[in-house]
Amino acid sequence: MKRMVLLILLIAGAALLVGAGALPQVRSIELPPDNPMSQLKPGPGVEVVRADCVACHSTDYIVRQPRGDAKRWGAEVKKMISVYGAPVDEADAKVVVNYLATAYGPAEAKETKEKSSAKPGAKTP
Amino acid sequence: MSSNFMRTGISRRNFLALAGAAPAVASGGIFDAVRALAAEDPILEGRPLVKYPEKTDLILLTSRPPQLETPMKYFAQAITPNDAFYVRYHMFPPPTRVDLSAWKLKVGGNVDHPLEFTMDELRSKFTPARLVAVNQCSGNSRGYVEPRVNGGQWGNGAMGNAEWTGVRLQDLLDRAGAKPGSVDISFRGFDTPAAPTLHHFAKSLPMTEVADSPDIMVAYEMNGAPLPMLNGYPARLVVPGWYGTYWVKNLEEITVWDHEFESFWMQKTYRIPANHCECVPAGTALTRTVPINRMKVRSFIITPADGTRVKVGRPVALKGIAFDAGYGIADVEVSDNQGSTWQRAVLGRDLGPYSFREWSAPWTPPHRGSFTLSVRAVNRMGESQPFEANWNPAGYLRNVIEKIQVTAV
Repeated sequence: MKRMVLLILLIAGAALLVGAGALPQVRSIELPPDNPMSQLKPGPGVEVVRADCVACHSTDYIVRQPRGDAKRWGAEVKKMISVYGAPVDEADAKVVVNYLATAYGPAEAKETKEKSSAKPGAKTP
Repeated sequence: MSSNFMRTGISRRNFLALAGAAPAVASGGIFDAVRALAAEDPILEGRPLVKYPEKTDLILLTSRPPQLETPMKYFAQAITPNDAFYVRYHMFPPPTRVDLSAWKLKVGGNVDHPLEFTMDELRSKFTPARLVAVNQCSGNSRGYVEPRVNGGQWGNGAMGNAEWTGVRLQDLLDRAGAKPGSVDISFRGFDTPAAPTLHHFAKSLPMTEVADSPDIMVAYEMNGAPLPMLNGYPARLVVPGWYGTYWVKNLEEITVWDHEFESFWMQKTYRIPANHCECVPAGTALTRTVPINRMKVRSFIITPADGTRVKVGRPVALKGIAFDAGYGIADVEVSDNQGSTWQRAVLGRDLGPYSFREWSAPWTPPHRGSFTLSVRAVNRMGESQPFEANWNPAGYLRNVIEKIQVTAV
């Protein structure tokens, strides 16, 4: 019995020491991989997009943006380069804009989101 | 499963489905049995619920940089749990490992005594400051902006409310002896850019603002516990009443300037129109701008959830939250007729002027059919929320009157 009491006291003492101790000095986490549900659509230039855009941010940043024509995507790509400082040269930028305006262009939006409001006789791409 | 069933039977946040269209991936981890939100809400639809380290299931916005949105159900209480608190980084990789024995907070620049503090010193050498405050992303709710704007397509969950404990910024500056004539104070985190040409994250506040605000602090605790790594461990700036962009995470350097601080993150982005409504005509560009600053008044109905089915003649407790920039919420009102008439809600416990303020209002569905329930708050300055959303090209500052749909049967 005495031995048991001693054991309990020891355990309690150890728990107190741990509880009262300083914060752990090193803390670390591991981040999960990219969201696999947001793959880029295939299309001419997709490799350039992977190399130039996906180096800094994941594809979900691209695929969930509002759809846009070359003018709108061009403004985004320009913003990434001249405002945020993305290291993308002019030739690549053209390829990227062309890819985005094709794969995520306004026509695509009509096809999937606005099927019901599409005008009769409208061409589907 | 008909869309009608989804709309009337099940709240959008509880309705989960397997992502049938997701391509197969080799290494899954948290994505192995990923569940995507099958909401009728196009901004949340298809986004996976993910469990990041030290976090509960949150709605993924982007993997790199990590951006996680809080499901609305967590706002049923005024305090947001640390593991449910939203995450917004600008850079990848964010800090994932911190050695406290190597970390120091530096206070320097235009001061008499440049100083460095260890975490132990921050905790022991200052009287702790403590307050409850809302942190809301400048772009919270951007996904709902019409006409749509580019940027992170957040729903309404890029916000949270916590009790912060830390050291008053004024105390730190007193200790270091900020010199007279100082203009700006800058704050730099140790998160680093993905490419050398990108800009290191740093923000600044005007000295006049800091001199007037004893509530600004360097927080080392959130709801009584160390900050989660992804919310800025080991310390972050807390600027009560101001948008989250100023709440610099993983803070390591405070610098006092005798001239205007120049940073990409102050001069080139997070800018709002410099006019009374802080808005421009939809689709037009910005002309004169100022840095984004104080939060606008907002309020939300949290229960019942959007799309809930209720019974005619049976009272329903409408509940939610309201907040502003720290003047304090004076009144919350609800309407079941698109704002023709309003009913005053009862405010819950006051946790301080910067906190979410809970509110509740009993409502009895008078007849069968679909109802639009609206909520609006007014603060002690008389500021309220607009019927029609104001627009700016970056989709900041959204504070339109929020609405939910319920069906009475």
